[in-house]
Amino acid sequence: MTSWRIARLVAGKDLRIEWRSRVALNQVLPFAAVVMVMFAFALDRLPRPAGAEDSLLESVAPGLVWLASLFSLLLLVQRAFAVETDDGALDALRVARVDAGALFWGKTLALAAQLAVLEALLLVTAVLLYGTEVRASGVVLLIATWVAATFGLASVGTLYGGLAAGARGRETLLPLLLLPVVAPVLIGATRAVEAALGTGGTAIADGWPWVGVVAVFAVVFGAGGTLAFGPLIDE
Amino acid sequence: MAATDASPGGTATRGTRLIGAAAFVGVAWLVAFGLGFSPADRDQRESVRILYVHVPSAWLAYLAFVVTAVASGLYLFRRRHSLAWDRLAGASAEVGVLFMGITLVSGMLWGRLTWGVFWEWDARLTTTAFLFVTYIGYLAVRRLGGSHEQRARRSAVVALLAVLEIPLVHWSVVLWRSLHQEASVIRPDGDVKMDGLMLFTLFVGIVAFTLLYVWLVIHRQRTLTAEDALDDAGLDAAIAARRAEAVTAPEAV
Repeated sequence: MTSWRIARLVAGKDLRIEWRSRVALNQVLPFAAVVMVMFAFALDRLPRPAGAEDSLLESVAPGLVWLASLFSLLLLVQRAFAVETDDGALDALRVARVDAGALFWGKTLALAAQLAVLEALLLVTAVLLYGTEVRASGVVLLIATWVAATFGLASVGTLYGGLAAGARGRETLLPLLLLPVVAPVLIGATRAVEAALGTGGTAIADGWPWVGVVAVFAVVFGAGGTLAFGPLIDE
Repeated sequence: MAATDASPGGTATRGTRLIGAAAFVGVAWLVAFGLGFSPADRDQRESVRILYVHVPSAWLAYLAFVVTAVASGLYLFRRRHSLAWDRLAGASAEVGVLFMGITLVSGMLWGRLTWGVFWEWDARLTTTAFLFVTYIGYLAVRRLGGSHEQRARRSAVVALLAVLEIPLVHWSVVLWRSLHQEASVIRPDGDVKMDGLMLFTLFVGIVAFTLLYVWLVIHRQRTLTAEDALDDAGLDAAIAARRAEAVTAPEAV
């Protein structure tokens, strides 16, 4: 079996488990929505910054969307590896000589699919709750950022999720390990989305270098994960 | 490197005592020059003396993290996966986190005195803070449990991932800062011309802290070796005790 086929099978399995258990749908998605509402409670009553056209909430909306995505990523990663370690499924896969690189890509694809849906819904939430407006000319940039950031977050999440899988205290360790690592995605994706939406009068051309930052991140951790996943999960 | 040639009461050997004594003399020298003989700065006055702790500890923290990365690489890529490299990586990271903490605290105090604020979101400060958090995470990974080999492999991979991550974080933070306005507080650069005696004091500081680092890492590496040996011995002893119980006192169950 080729690696690509294994990756597809693993991803299909993960998504099928997710579809049947509906944990992401019933718990992670509502959690993300609650986070967005709480952001509004914390920031909405502040006065509009001097000389700004947008309300404060509107001008920080791109950052809040990505912050909520990061918090949800932590939950999704934990869930993705809880299903593997509960019955020793990860060990079984390795004993069956499933290639670690293919396994990594399978988990990453499944995580990316869930994350992509979540991020899109978060953006819609920002439009609905924060008064964010999407302009037609920024859609290409928005989609490029969405794809690059989703793959970056999914690959780094799978990598560190595999590391913490099966260890005591993994729930508390994962945020400590993951959040500093994804800082470049938060910075890059936030700036790119600000440019795509025109927050604070930024031009669309300003966003492309930031998509580059996020894409480099995705490539580095995609490659790093393919190589390092085997040594990390072998017991 | 073996713990066996250490005295039974501790982890010291003649070599480490020598290094320890040299480090002590170096620190005493640094105190004398840093607080006494070196002149106060024209602009920063007495607060410039923080420099003699701040710069050497920053330099040591970076050295410590480089040692951790190299030792992790040696553990992972040498055919004989020697746990000695793993323990060296762990010991060096612990001491590095300590020195990085000293760097951050002394830097914040110095910043308050010269810039008027404790913290500024400039690229170097932000990256340093990320480095600090990353290695705290590395130390947490070392305490995850499991066998020694598992710990060694996990932490070596994390240490090498940190080598990938740090330049990325630094790059993105530099880009991030370049888009924001420049800090409005007075920057100390420009007229820091170093007096000869100040430069010498700084040099003394770096030598003293390097000796201190070597001394701490050797001792820590030895206690880690002893801890691992204790783990192994504890497991063997527990198995032997259960076996003995089963043979001698089955009625007690």
